Amino acid sequence: MSLFVPNRYRGKLIVVEGIDGSGKSTQISLLSHWLRSQGYAVAFSEWNSSPLVRQTTKRGKKKEMFTPTTFSLLHATDFADRLESYIVPLLKAGAIVCADRYAYTAFARDVARGVGRRWVRNLYRFAIHPNLAFYFRVPLDVALGRILGGRDALKYYEAGMDLGLARDVEESFRIFQGRILDEYDAMAKEMGFHIIDATQSIETQQLRMREIVMNEIGESLKNTVLHVPKTGEIVAQPSTAPVL
Amino acid sequence: MRNRQPLQFYNEPLAGVDVSDLQGKLIVVEGPDAVGRSTQIALLRQWLEQEGHAVLDSGMARSALAGKGIQQAKEGNTLQPITMTLFYATDFADRLENEIIPALRAGFVVLIDRYIYSIMARAIARGEDRRWIEQVAGFALVPHAVYYLRAEVEQLVRRVVIGRGAFDYWESGMDLRFGTDMYESFVKYQRRLIKALDTMVEPYNFTVIDAAQPIDKIFRTLQRHVSRLRLSGLGPQRPTRPRARAAKA
Repeated sequence: MSLFVPNRYRGKLIVVEGIDGSGKSTQISLLSHWLRSQGYAVAFSEWNSSPLVRQTTKRGKKKEMFTPTTFSLLHATDFADRLESYIVPLLKAGAIVCADRYAYTAFARDVARGVGRRWVRNLYRFAIHPNLAFYFRVPLDVALGRILGGRDALKYYEAGMDLGLARDVEESFRIFQGRILDEYDAMAKEMGFHIIDATQSIETQQLRMREIVMNEIGESLKNTVLHVPKTGEIVAQPSTAPVL
Repeated sequence: MRNRQPLQFYNEPLAGVDVSDLQGKLIVVEGPDAVGRSTQIALLRQWLEQEGHAVLDSGMARSALAGKGIQQAKEGNTLQPITMTLFYATDFADRLENEIIPALRAGFVVLIDRYIYSIMARAIARGEDRRWIEQVAGFALVPHAVYYLRAEVEQLVRRVVIGRGAFDYWESGMDLRFGTDMYESFVKYQRRLIKALDTMVEPYNFTVIDAAQPIDKIFRTLQRHVSRLRLSGLGPQRPTRPRARAAKA
């Protein structure tokens, strides 16, 4: 049984994964700007950002109401809404959709919270299979250094405080992110991640990403994906045959 | 393999939840929209409380976490099918972990107005994968009894038109446009729901009750069945008539 639904649409789906502080958001942002500058129609979707679910997530976090199961299910609801209302229609229309975190985040994070591995994989079976999935691998200490240096307070669920791993928030965060990192590493091969060494310079990583994009899906970018000419008018490439 | 032992998880343990000390009774009333479930739940509650049982009742979209969010989502017109299924599953999980399991631990009789079966039936009626939703809902506890109030669509239509005077958008499955208007869509959608529930009778051990009968006759049938569950505490239950008038829930 396949993990996800194959992408039969004209558009392409590119996702980035990695623990907090791996630099993946910076990289996908750079990549999407570059693709746009190449004339492609590019859309962007961020984890946990569905307007339909936002109030509920906010309530749950504020009042610390989540259990591992409801946390997992509500994030899947959020994902489903973005997929059904946003990502799939855009893929049908021929856009490149860049996603900052995808179902793999749930596979790593929810399992680190104690939710069953098989159960959470089944939960996301309706997801579209990405054309490219990048995993930004970074040692725990490097990521922690980036996070703990740059931000004010660590948030309750982000630090895994609901699991009672440690009294100290930073210590809890360290243990929790370590577990997530282990999950990512364990699934990297199975999921066919393109692994990027996230200790390298930002420029080096970005070059590597662009190279992989061109090698892996360069042909279909030219032939099927929606192209935006400099005039700003959106038209399909003439050679495009509808895939639906 | 699906579990059939009451108060065990169907096929997926809930993270961090121990079921070994659960002692109450879990009773589910299932059935399509407008079949008269809430009336029967209100009667059952009244009767059980008169018999000295502590009763908790719980129904869909009533969770502290997701109830409000679901209501708001239904008011808009952007709620897509898988999103809806998962939103309801979230609502159910929140009630299961924070209301139902604590009540069972305290020895309550828990009466549930629609359980995972309705969530699954709605998903199946919308063309979602049956095995997918069955596994998603696999963390539910096996109830002691599931009473399925079964009716034909024509009876539901009568109840909706006479009782409420209007068709509901979601009860008519209008998000999927099963017909050109609410009536046609209601008939087609509810027919699918009933069909989906019918397929669960055997695997989920439903007790089927003919909902075409008068309210008090259905209630007496339910009383007879519940009496056989041997609710603990105050000795054998005899079916008694609830004194107060039937609550209109």
